[in-house]
Amino acid sequence: MATVAAVIASTHHPFYYRASTSTGADRPPFADEWVAKIGAFRETLTRARPDVLVMVGSDHFHQLWLDNMPQFLIGKAPCYDANWYNEEREFGLPRMFLQGHEELSGYLLREGMDAGFDLAFSNELRIDHSITCPLITLRPEADLPIVPIYTNIFAPPMPQPRRFVELGRTIREMVEAWPSDKRVAIIGTGHLSLELGGPRQFGPQGPDPEFDRKAVEWISSGDLDSALAQVSLDSLWQPGNATHGFMDFMLMMGAAGAGMKADYSDSLDLFHTMEAYFTWYPEGAAAR
Amino acid sequence: MSKYLVNKFLYTIDRDPELVERYREDPRGTVSWWEAERANLLLNCPGAERSTWLEFNTAEREALATHDYVALFELGAHNFLTLTLFIALFERDYEEPLAFQREYAIRLSHWSVPYPDIST
Repeated sequence: MATVAAVIASTHHPFYYRASTSTGADRPPFADEWVAKIGAFRETLTRARPDVLVMVGSDHFHQLWLDNMPQFLIGKAPCYDANWYNEEREFGLPRMFLQGHEELSGYLLREGMDAGFDLAFSNELRIDHSITCPLITLRPEADLPIVPIYTNIFAPPMPQPRRFVELGRTIREMVEAWPSDKRVAIIGTGHLSLELGGPRQFGPQGPDPEFDRKAVEWISSGDLDSALAQVSLDSLWQPGNATHGFMDFMLMMGAAGAGMKADYSDSLDLFHTMEAYFTWYPEGAAAR
Repeated sequence: MSKYLVNKFLYTIDRDPELVERYREDPRGTVSWWEAERANLLLNCPGAERSTWLEFNTAEREALATHDYVALFELGAHNFLTLTLFIALFERDYEEPLAFQREYAIRLSHWSVPYPDIST
């Protein structure tokens, strides 16, 4: 059976690429600290020696649109082009090209549907920054095949937070039961408190530092009970109008397992949003 | 209310570099052209299969024709779509990084949660 080599959850900040590659007067004052933290975070994936990456993110109204909106979708294609014109325009992100893993995609689709998730699929999917940002931070070579999984954290009506948790748990169980000798890393990105297109956007910190503090505690300690008790579709509007991206963190908590403390956790209080990075090693400390 | 159509305008303009420039230079003309020619195109289908019923209401048409992102927020346009397109339109006119985004926040500062509903 396949091995879950690492479960990794983080924020995805589209400004990282530009901040980390800029020089001289263009380099922001926080770039060096940010790059150092990302370097340490990257090492947590490298040391897990993955063969395949299952990558959970959310399309930001690029290919998935309101005339035909899936709640959960798995890419099943041999290859994926990545990043879009408006991400190049606003964030300076490069165009990328990624190999897929059709066998694992097909397996997760079949098993996922049989486990109670009526998953949508795509045979031609252009990936956006919710998946390319963690590749840039964690695996900039982009040399491993991926299975992209998109969630709707963007366009109401959205699934309940508990469904994200259940899907994460199910992904973990399915990967562990995959008849393969591959080492699989499950990587997902979301947000802590975040405001976009509202009065609290682009402040000196994230819009709700108290929510961020609690959220980091829930994630790093694996406290799914508290997260589920205190988070609802309605409550997530309060910390910031784009905070439903936290449900992808909850999905990753489901993948990591209730009560599982993160083996690695770090955060960075940045303008506009708090960045946060977590890694679990299901094989235990010996694998680190 | 046709929030969906406002979002469709923001979405289809934002993804086309030529339309971004056209909307910046001539917002009212672009909105009129788009509503007449594009509003009813089903995005993944041939033109002959277009829809027959989509149109803006007066407040939506005027908000788009005047680049009024505060009105769009209040009409329940999707916050991400509005922000992304308006950064493309106007960030270039500001010298300091994020200055446009901060002004955008200030112009919405009379709002607190709950914000207008963005559900479609």
